[in-house]
Amino acid sequence: MTSPTPHTPRPRHLLDFQEWTPERLTALLDNADTMLQVLDRPVKKVPALQGQTVCLAFFENSTRTRTSFELAARRMSADVFTFAAGSSSVSKGESLRDTVEVLTQYKVDAYVVRHHASGAAHLVARYTGKPVINAGDGRRAHPTQALLDAYTIRQEYGSLEGKKVTIIGDVRHSRVARSNAELLPKLGAQVMLCGPATLLPADLAALPGVTVTSDPREAVRGAHAVMALRLQQERMTGGYLSSLQEYADQFQVNEKLMGEAESGAIVLHPGPMNRDLEISTEAADGPRSRILRQVENGQAIRMSVLYHLLVGRE
Amino acid sequence: MADPKATILTADELRRGLTRIAHEIVERNKGAESLAIIGIHTRGLPLAERLAQKLSELEGVEVPMGMLDITLYRDDLSEVAHQPIIRETRVPFDIAHRRVILVDDVLYTGRTVRAALDALIDLGRPEGIQLAVLIDRGHRELPIRADYVAKNLPTARHEVVKVKLQETDGVDIVELWDLEDIK
Repeated sequence: MTSPTPHTPRPRHLLDFQEWTPERLTALLDNADTMLQVLDRPVKKVPALQGQTVCLAFFENSTRTRTSFELAARRMSADVFTFAAGSSSVSKGESLRDTVEVLTQYKVDAYVVRHHASGAAHLVARYTGKPVINAGDGRRAHPTQALLDAYTIRQEYGSLEGKKVTIIGDVRHSRVARSNAELLPKLGAQVMLCGPATLLPADLAALPGVTVTSDPREAVRGAHAVMALRLQQERMTGGYLSSLQEYADQFQVNEKLMGEAESGAIVLHPGPMNRDLEISTEAADGPRSRILRQVENGQAIRMSVLYHLLVGRE
Repeated sequence: MADPKATILTADELRRGLTRIAHEIVERNKGAESLAIIGIHTRGLPLAERLAQKLSELEGVEVPMGMLDITLYRDDLSEVAHQPIIRETRVPFDIAHRRVILVDDVLYTGRTVRAALDALIDLGRPEGIQLAVLIDRGHRELPIRADYVAKNLPTARHEVVKVKLQETDGVDIVELWDLEDIK
C-alpha cells in the first residue's frame, strides 16, 4: 500500500482531482479493497462514521448515484438524509446559497452534491465549511464515477501504469469523460477520447496524457479498457449528429470494434446504457463487460471517499 | 538516536513466552480442536502465525488462522492517522462454533481489543473469544483483560513499548522507550 508524504495536506473535499496527489488517490483506491470486503460480509456495516450525518443534496435527478452514495454512507453507519430539489424550496425560487445555509443548521457533517450547473459543488463547499463530494456537476466533473472506473481497470490489471483507456461517445457533454481525462493520467494511464468531431471539445486534448481522435479504430487500437459513453439524446437537438443510426454505425462499442483492442481488453459504461446505440447488447453483456462490476465497485469507492474525507480529522 | 531504557524481552524470552502461551491455550481449552487464531494488524499477525504453528506442533492439528484490521471499528479515530489506511481483514473460515484466540502484541488502554471484539462479532458468532498478548502494560480505559500474557510490564504513560518482530522488523526484541526519545 502507498502512504502519502506526511506533509501533504489532506484534501477537504472531492470536487475534482486538482488537489489530489497520485499517492492519495492510490490510498483511496487501496481502501476501496477493504470496503469491498465489508460488502461481502454477513454484516455489511462498520461503525466508522457512527454519529456523523451525511446530506445527499440532489438538485438533479439520479437514481443509481444517489442509491450508491446512500448505501455507502449507511454501510459506514452514518445518518443519511436526502434533500431532493424538486420537492424543496428550490422549486419556490430559493437560491443554492440560501438552501445550503439552511441545511447547515441541521448539523450536517458532509454533503454529497449533484447539480445541473457546472461549479455548483464548489459553491456549496464555499458556504458549508464541511466536506463536499461532487456527485456530478453540469458537464464539469463526476469524480467518484472516474474513481470507480479507475478502480475497475486497476482490479483487472493490478495497476493503471502504462494502460491505454479509450473513451468513446459524446465527450462534449460528458462530465464522466472529463473526470476520467483528469484522473487516469495522474495514475499513469493514457487516455484516448473519441467521438464525432462535433462532440469532441478541443480543450481536453491539452490535458497531459490525453489524446483525441474521431477515428474509433485508431482510438481502440491497443486499448486495455474501452468505455462507451451514454449518448445524451436529450442534448442531441443542436445538430451534433446527422442521425443516430449513422452514429451507431461508426462509434458503437461492439465486438467488431473491440477486435482492435488488446486481447483481454475490458468494456466499461457509466450507465444508464442505450443498448444497441452507443454499445451493442453483445458487448454490454459479453465476457469483456465489467459494467455490473463498476456498479459494485462504485459503492466501495464511495465508502472509501467518505471514510477518507470524514474520518480522523482534527 | 537515543537508546531504549530497557530490553523487556530478548528473542529467546519472546520465543519462550509464546511457547508458554501455547501450552496454556492447550491446557485451558483441553486441546486445540475447534480453536482458531486471529491476529490483529500489524504485529499481532506474525505472533498469531507463530502461535498457530506452535499449537499445531503440540496437538497435531491444524489451527486455522486469520487476520483482523480494526481501523473501521476504532472509537478514537481523531487521534489516528494523518492518512487513514485500512489493511486487510481475512478470516477464511467460519468462526461460528469455534473458540477464537485473538492475538495482539501490546495490551494498553483496551480500545483496540474492544474494536476487535466488535469486528469479530460482525463476522459471526464464535463460541468464545480469548485474548493473548505479548505484553500487558496496564493503563486500561475499558474493562478488558488478557487471558494469556507473555510478560506483565507496569509502565508509565510517557513510556512506549516497542515490539520488534523478525517478520516486520528483522529482529525479535521488546524494548521500553521514553516517548521523548522516539519523537
